[in-house]
Amino acid sequence: MQTILKADNIVKYFYQPEPFEVLKGVSFEAKKGEFLSVVGKSGCGKSTLLYILSTMDTDYQGNLQMNNETLTGLSQNALSRFRNEHMGFVFQFHYLLPEFTALKNVMLPALKLGKYSPKEVEERAYEKLNWMGMGDYALKRASRLSGGQQQRVAIARALVNDPAIIMGDEPTGNLDQTNTGIIFDIFMKLAKENGQTIIAVTHDKDFAAASDRIIEMSDGVIVN
Amino acid sequence: MRNLRLALDIALTHLLAKKRQTIIAMLGVTFGISMFIVMISFMQGVNQFTLDLALDGSPHVRIYNPIKNDRKSIIEQQGGPADAMYIVHHQKPKSELPKIKNGMRILRELEQWPGVQQAAPNLSTQVFYNSGSVQFAGSMIGCDILKENVMYDLENKLETGALEDLLTNPDGILLGNELAEKMNVKVGDRISISTPQGTILLMRVVGTFSFGFSAVDGMRSYATLASVQKILQKDPQYITDIVIRLEDYTQAKTLSKTLSQIYGYTAEDWETTNAAILAGEVIRNVMTFVVSLAMLVVAGFGIYNIMNMSILNKLKDIAILKATGFESGNIVSIFLLQSLIIGVLGGVLGVLTGGFFSYLISITPFPSGTGFNIETFPVLFEVKYYITGIVFGFLTTLFAGWFPARRASRVDPVDIIRG
Ligand SMILES: Nc1ncnc2c1ncn2[C@@H]1O[C@H](COP(=O)(O)OP(=O)(O)OP(=O)(O)O)[C@@H](O)[C@H]1O
Ligand SMILES: [Mg+2]
Repeated sequence: MQTILKADNIVKYFYQPEPFEVLKGVSFEAKKGEFLSVVGKSGCGKSTLLYILSTMDTDYQGNLQMNNETLTGLSQNALSRFRNEHMGFVFQFHYLLPEFTALKNVMLPALKLGKYSPKEVEERAYEKLNWMGMGDYALKRASRLSGGQQQRVAIARALVNDPAIIMGDEPTGNLDQTNTGIIFDIFMKLAKENGQTIIAVTHDKDFAAASDRIIEMSDGVIVN
Repeated sequence: MRNLRLALDIALTHLLAKKRQTIIAMLGVTFGISMFIVMISFMQGVNQFTLDLALDGSPHVRIYNPIKNDRKSIIEQQGGPADAMYIVHHQKPKSELPKIKNGMRILRELEQWPGVQQAAPNLSTQVFYNSGSVQFAGSMIGCDILKENVMYDLENKLETGALEDLLTNPDGILLGNELAEKMNVKVGDRISISTPQGTILLMRVVGTFSFGFSAVDGMRSYATLASVQKILQKDPQYITDIVIRLEDYTQAKTLSKTLSQIYGYTAEDWETTNAAILAGEVIRNVMTFVVSLAMLVVAGFGIYNIMNMSILNKLKDIAILKATGFESGNIVSIFLLQSLIIGVLGGVLGVLTGGFFSYLISITPFPSGTGFNIETFPVLFEVKYYITGIVFGFLTTLFAGWFPARRASRVDPVDIIRG
């Protein structure tokens, strides 16, 4: 199968409060249509790695490629456009824009991309919200939703542009068993039917076990 | 274009979510712009009023023969030693008539002069108007009333009587209305006038006029050249002033220079005559400028502060927008648009309130007894002031919004999202 994302010897330091090597040369590959789980103890560097893979963090050593195209060293604006089109991201703390409705939150990245008309964007946003069981809350302000509801809206937002890669930092962290199951099934379906690649950090053993491949991290290196 | 619409959408949502802050920032701009409009409309109104006053009450150019007192002492004139010092205390002016020699010929030449609309002969003298046992000092101008009418538009300044009656009445006189009031006389009444030389003359009031300010209306009267020549016991060629009205009053300064060189008399332009009332114009312009600028700067700082605060509150949102694909330029648009919306709305509101307050001033009665005969405060309503106000408001907010917006666009999303 075709390699879509390739990280080569990624090294990351934090300098505050004192110099500290968080990632000590991480290399790995993700294939098209693969559903990966990243596991490891709290503080071992999973989120840090994910921010680098998602191109938001550019302050690292090593090399990052997608579809054989080097992403390391591109300008912030180029990376913004790249994320908009090719990457969906669910943050560890489900960040939504509080003044906007759930629907608008999902629509914004798609409106920015401009591939579809606003009307189509709205339909697609509704579709994603319905997958998450959030269709009834579409017109509610994001600040009025519960934590789990916000997380599901955030997942819908990550999916709206049909990105090649979807990354989640504990995307089901706030959810009950049933909803976790629903989202797992959607992820699996997207990977198998659409060939989208899923990389999800998780502490949920069952979730990880059911995915295609588990990457285990410990103290800034991949151990398995 | 699509990005701009999206930015506008987000900007509006942000503004509406913080209505109170938005309105406060807007009112700052409104206050600044309306202040500017009121200041400039009123000050320019006053400028226009004084200019009209100056142009209305005095000729564009006046040629006269001043009484000089700077001649050499008689000893010097007789050729004493040059290195000696001569002191003559209180040298008096020569007994010289303020007459313009060949006045009538000069007048005819001036009437043909290019750019001259009308030239008119004047014979002015100090007189006393006798009202019973009381005397009022004033001046009397002997003139050709038809030419004088072209000079000052006397027809329209006439309050009672008729100009033509001066032509048919050899002893007719036109009085300033305040003067007539002081003497309690009306058209048809007879008054007695005495000259500094002591001659007394009876004249008949044929009309009263008003220039709109006391310096003229309480002092001046018009009679025919012949009557004044008679009171002064002078010949029919005797005139003291030639007054000129130009087609273009801005040419007065240059023409007066030329004329005084050619004829050897003093030629004074209207600006020099009215230097005292025109002097206020510069002061008023500077004041308008300084106050308006201060207002706009204050409004600008208001916007700058509020935008900076709002950006600090929105760091998370900015990070999310950038993480999900918005570029720096989009972020600048979002926040700059917020400033501009505040600026434009505030500016429009400012123009409206400014216009309203200008209107209020323009219908406020002008205090009487100030020597100017106007009913309300002078205010100029000019579209260009309102356009300037909006443009200034726009530029100020653009400037004030630019720095916070640029700051927002430099937020590094990963710093914020990592927490
Ligand atoms: N901004 C920062 N500055 C300095 N050190 C940081 C910063 N962010 C994270 N770290 C440190 O880097 C290490 C890795 O953090 P990271 O957030 O990647 O852990 P994680 O594996 O995602 O943990 P968790 O499962 O609890 O989310 C931790 O020791 C953390 O203290
Ligand atoms: Mg983490």
